[in-house]
Amino acid sequence: MRYALRRLGFFVVTLWIALTLNFMLPRLMPGNPALAMMSKFHGELSPKALNALEILFGVNTKESLLSQYFGYLHQILTGNFGTSLSQYPASVSSVIGSAIWWTLGLVGIATFLAFVLGTGLGIVSAWRRGSKLDSVVPPTFVIVSAIPYFWIAMVLVLIFGLTLHWFPSQGGYYVTTDTPGLNFTFFQDVLNHAFLPAVSLLIATIGTWILTMRNTMITTLAEDYVRMARAKGLPNRRIMLDYAARNAILPNLTGFAMSLGFVVSGAILIEYVFNYPGVGYMLLQAVSSEDYPLMQGLFLLITVAVLFAILVADVLTALLDPRTRTAR
Amino acid sequence: MAMPVSGVPTETPATQAPELGSARALGRIGRAVRLNRKATIGAVLLGIFILIALFPGVIAHDSPTQDAYAPQLGISTAHLLGTNHYGQDLFAQLVYGTRNVLIIAFVVGLATTGIAVLIGVAAAYLGGLADSSLNVVTDVLLVIPLFPLLIVIAAYAHGGTTLVLIAAITLTSWSYTARQLRSQALTLRNRDFLEAARVRGERPLYIILVELIPTMTSLLVAAFLTNALYAVLFASSLQFIGLGDPNTVSWGTTLYWAENNAALQTGEPLWAIAPGFLIATLGAAFALLNYAFDEIGNPALRPVRKVRKKKGNEERAG
Repeated sequence: MRYALRRLGFFVVTLWIALTLNFMLPRLMPGNPALAMMSKFHGELSPKALNALEILFGVNTKESLLSQYFGYLHQILTGNFGTSLSQYPASVSSVIGSAIWWTLGLVGIATFLAFVLGTGLGIVSAWRRGSKLDSVVPPTFVIVSAIPYFWIAMVLVLIFGLTLHWFPSQGGYYVTTDTPGLNFTFFQDVLNHAFLPAVSLLIATIGTWILTMRNTMITTLAEDYVRMARAKGLPNRRIMLDYAARNAILPNLTGFAMSLGFVVSGAILIEYVFNYPGVGYMLLQAVSSEDYPLMQGLFLLITVAVLFAILVADVLTALLDPRTRTAR
Repeated sequence: MAMPVSGVPTETPATQAPELGSARALGRIGRAVRLNRKATIGAVLLGIFILIALFPGVIAHDSPTQDAYAPQLGISTAHLLGTNHYGQDLFAQLVYGTRNVLIIAFVVGLATTGIAVLIGVAAAYLGGLADSSLNVVTDVLLVIPLFPLLIVIAAYAHGGTTLVLIAAITLTSWSYTARQLRSQALTLRNRDFLEAARVRGERPLYIILVELIPTMTSLLVAAFLTNALYAVLFASSLQFIGLGDPNTVSWGTTLYWAENNAALQTGEPLWAIAPGFLIATLGAAFALLNYAFDEIGNPALRPVRKVRKKKGNEERAG
């Protein structure tokens, strides 16, 4: 319980620092970049929207930095992220709301598959130490882990999208022929479009699971209780899964949390290559159209999502491993 | 954008016996690189890239930026990778682009490792309030998603020159190493040889620089390699999405122009695939070296057969 509370405290502190970063960055940059943006949209915005943006970016305010800061925190905490400039007059929250499900679906499924498959491969690779599988898999994925996500995506687009025409390589569904709705054709269309991005993400991330799992598993296999299980004459499968893997999987779970930030970052580039209508693609669109309110809102959303996932993984680890509860 | 390959910082106390000096440690690393095949491949690849970066003019005879030729020429002896949409020689552009990537990799690798040493070792050595406050900063930076943060910074800076990219990446990505070094320094803090130095009346700075840091040489090399790898991936990605300076000659910038002209869709796939391949190869060089260092630092991970074969050899060496 104390452990969970401490993690919760860390979550709050990190969130606060991320908010403060968001507040400070536009104000620290030479010639507040938000100023140019504001003057560009000056005539088009309603006074209320303009006021909200002024609070967010600290433009045209004669207030002290400190009261600006509290105004900003108040506005964010009450859920007002301002108005999107590129999709005026929609609010930032509603614009984000339309994109988030695409990313959650894509990243969620790909990450889950990568975790399950990667951990499984890692277990088998460590168990068959020195076998063909074990001599090929780890070095391969060391190299794969160094490949930029977007390049994997590009190669897949080139081969399976543009050359073989097996899968669509752009967008989340056929915008011209298909209308979103709860029917089978749309569902199939979405899956079809998600296939290549999901495979890119899977290839890019699976290596970490394999390598971490294999390396911990090798250490675990040398433990006395594994030798004891062997001496008792237990079936191999049982030793591998119930004795070794079960104890070796913990670092993979913590790693799961640590790596989420990387996965989300990589998904941004994959969405960019596929023009996939998720938050990553939207973030880059916001950057190129200088829609700073939307950009800040997306950055906050991504940060909160990652922090929350880490919190969940931390609590999960504590439930599974009694040692973490008493550590430090 | 690869993830850290080995373990989790909280659980890597990486127990290595302290060595006598950094010179000897470096010698040991040199021998290990020669003996480990992964390390050899990585070192050779990296060496080739360094040579290309130093003498691009020897290898490519065309200008990387001049629109001197007919656009969209195919592969030929005059243009090894053809020309792009603008009539620039792609091979020359990639050869000259090597320097920018390597500069970013080495400067960021060294700078992040340097900051990490300062903060990690200081936190471990000072302890108390300094330790806790440095720890909070490190932990927070560790969990904030870095790439989106870099995007936001670069967007406000209106696209990053190489200098901006280096500064932004350096300032945000030292935390993983700092965490590792801190736990390593903590395990060493109460060792006898440090105690002896303290009893001799050496100043803390001397103890940290001359006694403590040399014992962490292999960890520092591994940290440098990881950080250089991330620098390559982060910087190229930022340049790719148009947040670098579009006039820099660099692999990421070449990718940006390729994507801008829909190179994949308009039948010029090499324009986009070739620079990405080079980024992946350079990244693989760093990753292979790093993985090899993991094996060197943690003998349990070495391939089984190899360990048996080299056993006699190692006994003599140890």
